[in-house]
Amino acid sequence: MSGKTSKTHPVEPSDWPAAIHSALKSQRVRQVSYVPDAGHKRLIELCHSDRGMTALPLTSEEEGIGLAAGAWLGGERSALLMQSSGVGNCVNALTLASNCGFPLLMLVTMRGETGERNPWQVPMGQATPEALRLAGVRTLRLERAEEASAVANTAAKIAFEEQRAVALLISQQLIGVKSFEEKR
Amino acid sequence: MKALNRREVVASLLERRGALLVVAGLGSAAWDCTAAGDHPLTFPLWGAMGSACMIGLGLALAQAQRRVLVVTGDGEMLMGLGSLATIGAQRPGNLVVVVLDNERYGETGMQKTHTAYGTDLAAVARACGFATARIIRRNAEVSDVRSGIYRGKGPLFFQVKVKADALPLVLPPRDGAHLKHRFREALLGAQ
Repeated sequence: MSGKTSKTHPVEPSDWPAAIHSALKSQRVRQVSYVPDAGHKRLIELCHSDRGMTALPLTSEEEGIGLAAGAWLGGERSALLMQSSGVGNCVNALTLASNCGFPLLMLVTMRGETGERNPWQVPMGQATPEALRLAGVRTLRLERAEEASAVANTAAKIAFEEQRAVALLISQQLIGVKSFEEKR
Repeated sequence: MKALNRREVVASLLERRGALLVVAGLGSAAWDCTAAGDHPLTFPLWGAMGSACMIGLGLALAQAQRRVLVVTGDGEMLMGLGSLATIGAQRPGNLVVVVLDNERYGETGMQKTHTAYGTDLAAVARACGFATARIIRRNAEVSDVRSGIYRGKGPLFFQVKVKADALPLVLPPRDGAHLKHRFREALLGAQ
């Protein structure tokens, strides 16, 4: 496809989406599925423009659990992007990870944390780490941009080398807060 | 017109299956595929209801040179309707979905599903961008399903109307890790 590139460029320390994209590439992730979040905007764009990856939108987050299982059966690695509200949609599908030991790499942008302006994001955001734990998913936190490469690589290795379900929770402080005051 | 027998339909679709990769949705569809012959390149589900088509999509994208068949029931398909839109957005040419539609939740007491109340799954698939989506009612049409599975340009969708029989259970292995390992080993070699 035109406009696609498979080259990797040096990543600025503050450009955490590019650092995550670079980690996904180095971990040979080929299928990247997502329900978008504003916090994932740049990473989604990077994955779409990477000809070594298939980036695909989902109608609901649990679809990405099935996709990742199918990818692994076929010999490919997949990552799943969502915001914390989507974690609740995944709970039953996570039986694929716990029963079959499918690797699963979830990248979750957190809502309902510091500065949240939408109270309807708070319940699921607050419940996200515990919901994942109850469903058997290990969690890691990403708080600072300069740690993105190391943390994303660690998460990917837990998923694909240890063959476990892992969620990297990306702090709302890192993403920024949706103000509901911006012009459209 | 008499509806089709699901075991006979699945047996004829999986006969001489060659390199075909199969995902079987939970419940009767998995028992039907097992009755046709337990096979390492069939991944039968015991849970994760609504996921069968998405597992098929991930597999079809990863194995673009192989044919991938999802066999599932109407109840399982209804729980994952959104996955038809997700597949329609990708249009994998090697993916075929066969829904065995008895208009019932067969494992839980034969309650009517939405297809009994008129939901047209084939129309949903067509609207989502499947290249072909048909309702199959007659034995003579089963050969069309078979040629679609092995040679058709996907994604294809066949909603096969079957009798609401409670048939003997023919169970695949329950161990999900075993099912995963044997599939990957048969497809990819020793890991």
